[in-house]
Amino acid sequence: MSYSVTEPSPRQKWLAGTLVILYAVITMIPLLWIMMTGFKTPPDSISYPPKVFFEPSVEGYVNLFTTRTRVSPEQLESLPPPENFAEEIVRNRDMVIAGPSKFAGRFLNSVIIGFGSTFLSIFLGTLAAYAFSRFRIPLADDLLFFILSTRMMPPIAVAIPIFLMYRKLGLSDTHLGMILLYTAVNISLAVWLLKGFIDEIPREYEEAALIDGYTRFQAFYKVVLPQAATGIASTAIFCLIFAWNEYAFAVLLTSGTAQTAPPFIPTIIGVGGLDWPAIAAGATLFLLPVMIFTVMLRKHLLRGITFGAVRK
Amino acid sequence: MSEKTIDRLASATPVRVARKVKGLSDRAIAWIFVGPTIFLLLAINIFPLLWTINLSFTNFKANRLNREVKYIGLRNYERILGDADVWLSMQATAHFLFWTLFFQVLIGFTLAWLINKKFRGNDLWTTIIVLPMMLSPAVVGNFWTFLYQPQIGLFNYIMTFFTGADPSSFDMLGSVDLAPWAIVIVDTWMWTPFVMLICLAGLRSIPDYIYEAAEIDRASKLRQFFTITVPMVLPFLMLAILFRGIENFKMFDLVVQLTGGGPGSITEMASINLKREAFEKWRTGYSSAFAIILFVTVFGLASVYVKALNKVKER
Amino acid sequence: MKHLKIASVGALSLAAATLSTGSQAEDLTLCWAAWDPANALVELSKDFEAESGHSMNFEFVPWPNFADRMLNELNSGGKLCDLLIGDSQWIGGGAENGHYVKLNDFFDKEGISMDDFAPATVYAYSTWPKGSPNYYALPAMGDANGWFYRKDWFGRDDIKAAYKEATGEELGEPKSQKELLKIAQFFQGREIDGNTVYGAAIFTERGSEGITMGATSALYPWGFKYENTPGKYDMEGAVNSPEAVEALEFYKELYKTATPPGYTNSYMGESLDAFKSGQVAMAMNWFAFFPGLYADPDTGGDKIDFFVNPPQNQAGSTLGGQGISVVSYSENKDASLEYIKWFSDPEVQAKWWSMGGYSAHNSVLNDASFKDSAPFAGDFLTAMEAVQDFWQEPAYAELLLAMQKRVHDYVVADKGTAKEALDLLIEDWTEVFEDEGKL
Repeated sequence: MSYSVTEPSPRQKWLAGTLVILYAVITMIPLLWIMMTGFKTPPDSISYPPKVFFEPSVEGYVNLFTTRTRVSPEQLESLPPPENFAEEIVRNRDMVIAGPSKFAGRFLNSVIIGFGSTFLSIFLGTLAAYAFSRFRIPLADDLLFFILSTRMMPPIAVAIPIFLMYRKLGLSDTHLGMILLYTAVNISLAVWLLKGFIDEIPREYEEAALIDGYTRFQAFYKVVLPQAATGIASTAIFCLIFAWNEYAFAVLLTSGTAQTAPPFIPTIIGVGGLDWPAIAAGATLFLLPVMIFTVMLRKHLLRGITFGAVRK
Repeated sequence: MSEKTIDRLASATPVRVARKVKGLSDRAIAWIFVGPTIFLLLAINIFPLLWTINLSFTNFKANRLNREVKYIGLRNYERILGDADVWLSMQATAHFLFWTLFFQVLIGFTLAWLINKKFRGNDLWTTIIVLPMMLSPAVVGNFWTFLYQPQIGLFNYIMTFFTGADPSSFDMLGSVDLAPWAIVIVDTWMWTPFVMLICLAGLRSIPDYIYEAAEIDRASKLRQFFTITVPMVLPFLMLAILFRGIENFKMFDLVVQLTGGGPGSITEMASINLKREAFEKWRTGYSSAFAIILFVTVFGLASVYVKALNKVKER
Repeated sequence: MKHLKIASVGALSLAAATLSTGSQAEDLTLCWAAWDPANALVELSKDFEAESGHSMNFEFVPWPNFADRMLNELNSGGKLCDLLIGDSQWIGGGAENGHYVKLNDFFDKEGISMDDFAPATVYAYSTWPKGSPNYYALPAMGDANGWFYRKDWFGRDDIKAAYKEATGEELGEPKSQKELLKIAQFFQGREIDGNTVYGAAIFTERGSEGITMGATSALYPWGFKYENTPGKYDMEGAVNSPEAVEALEFYKELYKTATPPGYTNSYMGESLDAFKSGQVAMAMNWFAFFPGLYADPDTGGDKIDFFVNPPQNQAGSTLGGQGISVVSYSENKDASLEYIKWFSDPEVQAKWWSMGGYSAHNSVLNDASFKDSAPFAGDFLTAMEAVQDFWQEPAYAELLLAMQKRVHDYVVADKGTAKEALDLLIEDWTEVFEDEGKL
């Protein structure tokens, strides 16, 4: 084997690997704890010392999706036998299921607003990015910087006039209002990222197409778009993650109809006191998609989180 | 990095091609393509900003529509800058900003340096380490309050295990001395991977031949580290600090969920103070002025910083 | 985009038009806090649905977020709630800013008389300006801050003997605030059945209204006044009177020496948890929770008893409770008024009390059997005779946030002295009233 000065020795590698893995394990503990707590019973979740080994239960998930009321033992006796496992779990706590909870609706709002704003950001962002990449636009640099600087405002500061504006327009607590708002926030990211991706597509391709008699539009969607597909997809995921996780605007501008999951999950309460397994179950369902996306995105991660400032 | 972007931007469509293009002129298409984005940003970013500036000179209260709105000049600004509580909230922000950056840079850079040793499976572990920063701060922050519970929380239990202290003897979120550190810990846990990723990109951008040359000059490993590695990574690191600095200056969701600004007002950072003024007390005019002050501060600090960053890159 | 907006607005108004022309079967949404009585109201409302054909939806928000979310909703002109059971202090803002529908004409038309409701509740929950015959709500739920304790522990001979030895007094329901402190300190850290227990669960929450509601439960019995002369906003010497300073110092001592560890940010939920898990001997909380506590399989029944917030220099309890209002932005005002009419019926009110809601209707409260209908019913009547409420000003939120900050800073975060905290509070409040043009 040839000796290289830049190649670390096996011992160094082993040591580095051990330290990194140790850090990774520690960093995962809170996330694993969320997932585990989701499968604990409420008493198990608050036992001391904390339980690492426990009998798994879906009570947290049942509590997440239902509202329950307490009934007296006599009433409980008089009820017909439970129809399903959920009812059975709830009855063990001297309660009956009163109806569905709001979680499913809030989750759906997150999906609608997340995907709606992502679609719009990508649609508008691709067009703008293409224009910035290929055309001479007066003041292009200033415009691009302007687009970026809009991200520097603290969300609360922007929320004050948005709140007033939405109140006037009737957009408060509507899906449309939130979609437009998240699109406006996301579009700076989308333009910057997509411009980077489109810059990387050799312009000779479309020039050839143009010379062959394609119009600009045709060249754009027949040549450029397919080439940029990967970039568009990863940009879309970044936009989706932002809209998915956003909290400040959601808590200030929505109350019921269009409320998303992040402001809702922390307010999940059980019958008397916080219901940690239900909160953990909601958190797990809410965080898992993002974890999966992160793994899918790992090649483009750096670019996404730095607005394309770092490419590698 | 970004100069590349600008270089490419400069070379627009060659004239000889442009002349042959059918359909709409390039200029028209350019505006059609850029127009909607600009419109949206004007409507939802710039117009509100101008409106905020206007409101900041009034005594307007968004929950009192029947009240007469008066222009009161710079009164709001005077009040904010003369308010001891505002300065305390700025101090809380500064404490948070300094220590989160300190730990994230320290740990993030170390991790990147270790990962760059290219041990087997480093990709997999990098991906795992990155997970926390992609998750919803509100949801994760809320769950941390559970980990921090004095009697039953996992964090306290683990600390007890190592220090032998009674698990109910310290309350990370409720104690005046510990709460500022509790939020630093969670933010560091979430965002260290961000600094790490950027540093890693910096480390990987250093060509091997520089080290090989240093080796021929018999420079020690330590010397190589300080004369090659650190200076070459510095621009990347500074970029990471810029991003984290702006984000943590605005920090809201994580801290709201963790401490809500308490105990007392110990962790009531500027953005939380602003939220209270704007959406709980509904002092719209006053909080608009506060928002402008914060925006100008961020923008000013960031501009100065970017200048410094460019100087470092030129070297 | 513009088209999209116009289209959706058009669709909305179309939907609204079709809804309001159909006189029957509306979808009503009632907003309230998420707590025990709210669940009872859901059950009670099933009768209304059956009678009227309207269907009821409910939006219940946890207490820590309740004020924030609902006031935000009202201020944004939101249409989420048709009916709102809003906190007593919101009435000023609700009336002055036009969030609530004025109910006088409706009451006259339907023959609903406010004389049928307990005067303290009408004054606190319905009127604006205070005490004038302008009604913006119907008293829905009477409430005050009270106490409950472990009757089984208080009755045990070994514990009684230990208390006698420690203090020279008999252990029993405290007759004064200071006795309450003594008992709480006695239980603090004591071993009972192998568990370490603590003195009392009190309110220390920072985010919404918790610590203010807790601290005023000490301030009022000491004789705390908001103003020297009612209506004059002259707070110097009232808010920071020697009695007020002493009361606040008392509350801090109670917090420091007699509450469970880590009890820095606790409100209703934490108080209930601490009591139900057998951690504390006594706890403060709203009467609204007492039916649920009494029914609790572990710590209810003969293990629990209740007492009114003890007097010190005078009797005084912190007022809770709410009135039910029609939101003026609602598109279903007629059906909402129908609900209020139904709810004001004496029979419905009687059923409301039997299900765990605190009716404010005289026919329920003055009934001879009321006192014995529950172990806390008599206490409730006593408490309601000496209730005091926080400022009900339109600027209530600002006034409350200032007090939350100053009291939490002093009691929990150890900042300054009680006198300094109250002095700062006067400064904050003066500024608010100056902004209001009232000073």
